[in-house]
Amino acid sequence: MSTELLRLDNVGVRLGGREILRDVSLTIRPGEFTGLIGPNGAGKTTLLRVMLGLQAVTTGAVLIDGEPRAHRDASTGYVPQKLGIEPDTPLRVRDVVSLGVDGHKFGVRLPSRARRELVDDMLTAVGARRFADARIGELSGGEQQRVMIAHALIGRPRLLLLDEPLANLDISGEQGIVSVLARLAKAEGIAVLLSAHDMNPLMPVMDRIAYVAGGRVAVGRTEDVVTTEVLSRLYGQHVDVIRVHGRVLVVAAPEGTDPEHDGAAADASVVG
Amino acid sequence: MNTVFRYIIEPGFFGSGPVRIALAVGTVIAVTSAVVGVFTVTRGQSFAGHSLADIATTGGSGAFLIGINQFWGYLAFGAGAAAFMELIGLQRRRGRDVATGVVLGAALGLAALFLYLGTQYSTTTGASFTILFGSMFVLTPSTVPVLIISALLALVTVVVLARVLLLSALSPDLAAARGVPVRAVGAAYLMALAVSVALSAVIIGAVLSTALLIGPAATALRVAKGPVRAAAVAAGIGVAATWLGILLAYDSYYWPPAGRGWPVSFFVVTLITGAYLVSYLRPGGRPVAVPDEPEHACSVALC
Repeated sequence: MSTELLRLDNVGVRLGGREILRDVSLTIRPGEFTGLIGPNGAGKTTLLRVMLGLQAVTTGAVLIDGEPRAHRDASTGYVPQKLGIEPDTPLRVRDVVSLGVDGHKFGVRLPSRARRELVDDMLTAVGARRFADARIGELSGGEQQRVMIAHALIGRPRLLLLDEPLANLDISGEQGIVSVLARLAKAEGIAVLLSAHDMNPLMPVMDRIAYVAGGRVAVGRTEDVVTTEVLSRLYGQHVDVIRVHGRVLVVAAPEGTDPEHDGAAADASVVG
Repeated sequence: MNTVFRYIIEPGFFGSGPVRIALAVGTVIAVTSAVVGVFTVTRGQSFAGHSLADIATTGGSGAFLIGINQFWGYLAFGAGAAAFMELIGLQRRRGRDVATGVVLGAALGLAALFLYLGTQYSTTTGASFTILFGSMFVLTPSTVPVLIISALLALVTVVVLARVLLLSALSPDLAAARGVPVRAVGAAYLMALAVSVALSAVIIGAVLSTALLIGPAATALRVAKGPVRAAAVAAGIGVAATWLGILLAYDSYYWPPAGRGWPVSFFVVTLITGAYLVSYLRPGGRPVAVPDEPEHACSVALC
């Protein structure tokens, strides 16, 4: 597909004199599943915040449909990594999903049958229908992820951004979320971009990878990006890409073997 | 039958002017406090409510000292403190904790000074008691419209902000990404909270005012799952405690020591605490585990 949904043009972000992102360019097209992969502290969260309009760029531009991103952009849905709520928060799962339609609006809304049915449909779509009347705070991390995906979907986004949705999930939870997202991308043509520090759970479904390290990003098909050459250049030090039984490991050379060792990437011993 | 009824509701209860004022003002303030309180607990701002109450105590004592209606003192200091809390900020949680702690100590110290000086220069007996613990039976009729209008303003503010507040409670980043002015909404909410605390300070006293704010809301959150029902249950508990408190205080005029009457605040706060304790007895009041179902439980093409 040639139509582009979101484009970052040479985006750079400096925070408190520190360069967080440098020269990031990437394009997201409808229906594409993109993995935003990289070690902790590499700049993944900042990059997501740029795409959401929560972080201003120092240089470069963020374009949606070729236009500069508007303050409130309805085309982007967002699933945060963690919810800031207690178990006794008076929000049922269906209330949360309903807030996806008009939670940003002032005033009161009367309940309606149409709204209720729409909420039920969305919950069914993400496999969360059975806990519609439970409080959101009482659910497990994986269940909350599904509810927040429904919350994002009910606003009919064309791009869905998810911050570390697989963190703190067990393997079956991971597979559940990944398959829901992959179906959304394929069946509904929604572009999905999710951040993760481990690329392996996403291997079967990723159309493209955006690999972040040291504030820079390499974008492309997994087999083109996840190579010893590309990632070594990105990390600024030699890393080995090792494939074992279909799993990919990115391993840094042991300390001291590389005289031009870049301290900034020292935490990248095993990153994927 | 009539005798029993008369034993419960003393003759002249509804005929008494102060009782009627207390019931009207108490009802409006109880509803406002309860609904505002649901959001206070949901947003984890109970401590902010408590701080505002302490600072309102200083304002009320200061107003007493210079001879103006205490409500203005509660309101001015509460709103000022809310603005200050907003300024020092959401961004530095730890700084806020420490600053709040220091400021609260200073505020209550000032309140002690004002009350001491006030009682030296004034002939009004029981003023200190009224400021600290309130009295619904000595409300001046002229302030009633002001109290009711303030309460309605705070209530309307919170109702209008309700969905945005809930979305922000869920995730401030998510709300901001959807174009919600999270900071401004938080500030507006804190002002409504300050007004609500000032109002409950008038009826049950500055020191106890958070009881009417937090108690009914905390109880409601234990028994109601959704936001609308939680607000309704909280309002019901607040109003019931206020009415019963007024009734018992009126009746207590005949209790020992006869001819004195017990403070209304004692009854209101005790009833609210009682309701909270009873909510622990309710079976299933705690989270119930969601039953597991097989992975392919849904029927739509997407899953």
